[in-house]
Amino acid sequence: MAESLLEVRGLKKYFPIQKGWWKERLYIRAVDGVDLSISRGEVLGLVGESGCGKTTVGRLILKLIEPTEGEIIFEGKDLSKLDKKEIHSLRRSFQIIFQDPFASLNPRMTVAEIVGRPMEIHGLVDRYQRDERVAQLLESVGLQREHLYRYPHEFSGGQRQRIGIARALATKPKLIVADEPTSALDVSVQAQILNLMKELKEVFGLTYLFISHNIGVIRHLSDRVGVMYLGKVVEMGKKKGLFQSPLHPYTKALLAAVPTLDPKKKREEVILEGDVQSPINPPRGCRFHPRCRYALPRCPKEEPLFHFVEEDRSVACHLYG
Amino acid sequence: MGKENTLLSIKNLRTHFYSRGHTIYALDGVSFEIEKGMTFGLVGETGCGKSVTALSILRLIPYPPGKIVQGEIHFKGRNLLRLSEEEIRSIRGKEISMIFQEPMTSLNPVFRIGDQMMEVIMLHQKVGKPVAYERAVEMLERVHMPDARKIMRQFPHQLSGGMRQRAMIAMELSCRPYLLIADEPTTALDVTIQAQILRLLKEMKKEFDTSILLITHDLGVIAEMCDRVGVMYAGSIVEEASVEDIFKDPKHPYTRGLWGAIPRMEEEKETLSVIPGMVPDLSQPPTGCKFHPRCTFRFEPCDRFVPPPAEVSEGHFVACFLYQGKDGNG
Repeated sequence: MAESLLEVRGLKKYFPIQKGWWKERLYIRAVDGVDLSISRGEVLGLVGESGCGKTTVGRLILKLIEPTEGEIIFEGKDLSKLDKKEIHSLRRSFQIIFQDPFASLNPRMTVAEIVGRPMEIHGLVDRYQRDERVAQLLESVGLQREHLYRYPHEFSGGQRQRIGIARALATKPKLIVADEPTSALDVSVQAQILNLMKELKEVFGLTYLFISHNIGVIRHLSDRVGVMYLGKVVEMGKKKGLFQSPLHPYTKALLAAVPTLDPKKKREEVILEGDVQSPINPPRGCRFHPRCRYALPRCPKEEPLFHFVEEDRSVACHLYG
Repeated sequence: MGKENTLLSIKNLRTHFYSRGHTIYALDGVSFEIEKGMTFGLVGETGCGKSVTALSILRLIPYPPGKIVQGEIHFKGRNLLRLSEEEIRSIRGKEISMIFQEPMTSLNPVFRIGDQMMEVIMLHQKVGKPVAYERAVEMLERVHMPDARKIMRQFPHQLSGGMRQRAMIAMELSCRPYLLIADEPTTALDVTIQAQILRLLKEMKKEFDTSILLITHDLGVIAEMCDRVGVMYAGSIVEEASVEDIFKDPKHPYTRGLWGAIPRMEEEKETLSVIPGMVPDLSQPPTGCKFHPRCTFRFEPCDRFVPPPAEVSEGHFVACFLYQGKDGNG
């Protein structure tokens, strides 16, 4: 296995909420024990439905929020043991691309300021070089030099997402967390952005953590895929194996729920019943057991361990040992 | 295609919006027909006019700024555009009803689900409260809501997204409409919930013998649900065919581009095919074929004339000069 760039162990994030007259303290268990690792140059896709904690994982890794528990090890350094200054200098190594290209660009800043700002903060350029560097970046994401002094409202959704990508590239990062980068875009524009991200990965030697609910997009871009359900990773493995022979009942149901583009092919009827349970009070044992058609007597009692079932395929389910 | 089988027929519909001295040509000559018991899918990207088509059918285009300037919408032999406000109101919700993308915005947050459902039933079926209550409960049970009587007392925010969409469907089908317009009914939902709702829609269509006009940008949903498909681009339908034909043999360059741009579950491609450029500004649409500035196959007549739809095989219509003449009149 290639050298791992990022290791995450036992990551937890509980958000406190207060409920009722007596201010009873409850916690939303957004992320509840996630292990993952990303090798250099790899694309790890994180897929799951809304509320499964995939975005929170992305934010925890970037240190945008503090974890409740767990270790995040980036290039051998445990982020929780570093002081503020060290974190700050490390921040240029990881960047994020956000979902909504309309909300993530400051409407009062020009493109040169938006893309140039991270470089200034990290002292990578001085004032006079800034615009030249930004222009180069714009060209590498398919925009032009003359866009430098325009404001975000003058661009379409796809172009704005390109600006967001240029900003993420500005500090020459090693890891980019892409949080649903194409969900707000139309399919033809989505295809442009996905192709661009693939190309940039080769050119700049990037590593992506790619978060999406769109299984087709995850499949297109990822090398390995992790499937999340209610704050936990239930299955992880190489893309090909995972899509060809999903093991966890949730993965199976999730893949079967995606409509295929073949009108003649009738889907297998493995439609999941019910809704996702609340992360405030998740089901005991395996979190998926109330909706699982294969549930065993032990599933509501014991929580299945996340373990390897074959090389590079791990699953958290009692059906597999 | 027997004429008596046609439920809805739209001819040359043009809806324009007027804003700050500009005219936005949102619909620029849309024609299609929906037969009884059929699911017709309208697919296209943001701003292509799918939703404006739906709103035009129900005459819900706000005026100003919008106006249906031309066209005919025949529904069960009557031209909806000629009806009085009162007559169209008796059709809305009873003979044609509509479900929207985000059920939270179409349900009233301050009324209980039960009251909202009973209002529709009492208004259109002219029945009293006790009967309406029982009918509403029955409808909620039909859409597989657990504990329907409890749901009747709940407010929309107490239900999950999937449940709200179920309640919406129950409400819209309570008057057994001939046509259900579903505008992106599953876009706000997760895939596993989407699968539940699509299955429910199919089931309800069979049970109530309703035709569906399904509007979506998701080709997977189209493949799963529809009998016929119309592909919209910049306010017109560029291709219309049966669902089998359009997936097996897409003809129009836009349709082909759109189909190639989707990352598929089944097969792997290194790079996705891309349609160059952007959707045109509909206040200044391109001359001739509206797709020509982005089309890789464009040739001499494309920027001067609007291509009329040509039938390339039985029931497969394409509005593109590449296919003119194949039916002998090009």
